[in-house]
Amino acid sequence: MYQFQYFRPKSLDEARKLYENNGDAKFLAGGQTLIPTLKQRLAQPTALIDLGGIAMSGIKVAGGVVTIGAGTKHFDVASSADVKGAIPALSHLASHIGDPAVRHMGTLGGSIANNDPAADYPAAVLGLGATIKTTSRTISADDFFTGMFETALEEGEIITEVSFPVPEKAAYMKFPNPASRYAMVGVFVAKTKGGVRVAVTGAASSVFRESAMEAALTKSFTPDAVAGIKVSPGNMNSDLHGTAEYRAHLVTVMAKRAVATIA
Amino acid sequence: MPSVAMTVNGKAVSGEVETRTLLVHFLRENLRLTGTHVGCDTSQCGACVVHVNGKAVKSCTMLAVQAEGAQVTTVEGLTQDGKLHPVQAAFKEHHGLQCGFCTPGMIMTAVDMIRRIPDLDEKTIRAELEGNLCRCTGYQNIVKAIEAASKEMKGARA
Ligand SMILES: Cc1cc2nc3c(=O)[nH]c(=O)nc-3n(C[C@H](O)[C@H](O)[C@H](O)COP(=O)(O)OP(=O)(O)OC[C@H]3O[C@@H](n4cnc5c(N)ncnc54)[C@H](O)[C@@H]3O)c2cc1C
Ligand code: FES
Ligand code: FES
Repeated sequence: MYQFQYFRPKSLDEARKLYENNGDAKFLAGGQTLIPTLKQRLAQPTALIDLGGIAMSGIKVAGGVVTIGAGTKHFDVASSADVKGAIPALSHLASHIGDPAVRHMGTLGGSIANNDPAADYPAAVLGLGATIKTTSRTISADDFFTGMFETALEEGEIITEVSFPVPEKAAYMKFPNPASRYAMVGVFVAKTKGGVRVAVTGAASSVFRESAMEAALTKSFTPDAVAGIKVSPGNMNSDLHGTAEYRAHLVTVMAKRAVATIA
Repeated sequence: MPSVAMTVNGKAVSGEVETRTLLVHFLRENLRLTGTHVGCDTSQCGACVVHVNGKAVKSCTMLAVQAEGAQVTTVEGLTQDGKLHPVQAAFKEHHGLQCGFCTPGMIMTAVDMIRRIPDLDEKTIRAELEGNLCRCTGYQNIVKAIEAASKEMKGARA
């Protein structure tokens, strides 16, 4: 790891000021992505601004919306009776991120700010049509994830909470990479007030909505409705874990299985 | 250099560290608590698992400065008055180790899961061991040891 300065501000204002006054600073949340990255010397920030001292965690359910603070650990989402009651698919998803030690540290805000192509949370955020609140605005899920490890966040902008509208029903099915447990392919299917949403992670450079499946499930919310849909391997990832064709096939299989659990 | 202070195995400790010093290196090098191991460079093997404020975490994936003010327990802190912790005793009894490299992390992970989950079955134990790798045992006896310790500790609480 390269050397850096370390700050632990007590407020968002202080955090933003530190960011402005330090050339190449980075925010640190649970560190479960950032610290491995620093260990590999894949990043060289001059300063780390630890968000851990700022009160940004907690779960509220009110008015058909589950609001989760950006600093809330995966473990706390996975074990919250409120989340389980309102959106069981979200609690299931959180309980399958990495391993218990990772879940004790990793946070919702860190996961979506990072937007790893194989991360789980982006599928729920996009699949449920969540809203991301930051230090300067609110961003809809459809506008938030812009590319591989890319989001709509601007320099120094901090995610403070994410609001998930409670769907009629929803399910997440992931085919985990057997070594890392990240998603080879993960499909989040939700029947919401605004229609059916299908979000796919792991398969391409960034999470995306599968519109052909959304249309088919709108007509008939059954596993058979998606079983026949062939996803084009054109934009899929191809690596030592699987070819683009394999991933494209997995999207259909995972979608079918997700729908089967709630149809 | 920044200084850091925390409680480790019930004792107040402090030391000078670099900001980039990992918690595991603070424990091993500053405090000479070499029970906690480093097995990988990728946050995957779990040999470094310790408890921070009562929760199992990978001490290779946390900065020492992040643990400022925290309560830390390492494998050395489990033994009370020279008596093995029930999980340690179960690993011995059920042959839950061969080379022993993964063992401190396995034990700290086991203690954490037993505390959180009242009725541990084999399937749950295996899922909870997701972040701990063992290159020797094939896990069979580790799972057996955890199951036995969980039953015994539950009996002791009842
Ligand atoms: C062994 C292992 C297995 C894993 N398996 C999975 C898995 O199966 N599925 C999965 O989805 N993830 C997995 N992860 C990643 C894990 O979920 C991380 O916790 C998560 O990706 C990042 O969250 P963090 O809080 O640790 O963020 P950090 O690592 O601290 O930060 C990540 C990035 O987000 C930025 N950031 C953090 N918080 C904010 C904020 N509030 N506002 C703006 N920017 C912010 C940081 O500057 C940094 O660039 C795994 C990690 C490990 C080590
Ligand atoms: S040394 Fe920490 S996970 Fe391998
Ligand atoms: S006993 Fe050798 S690695 Fe587990």
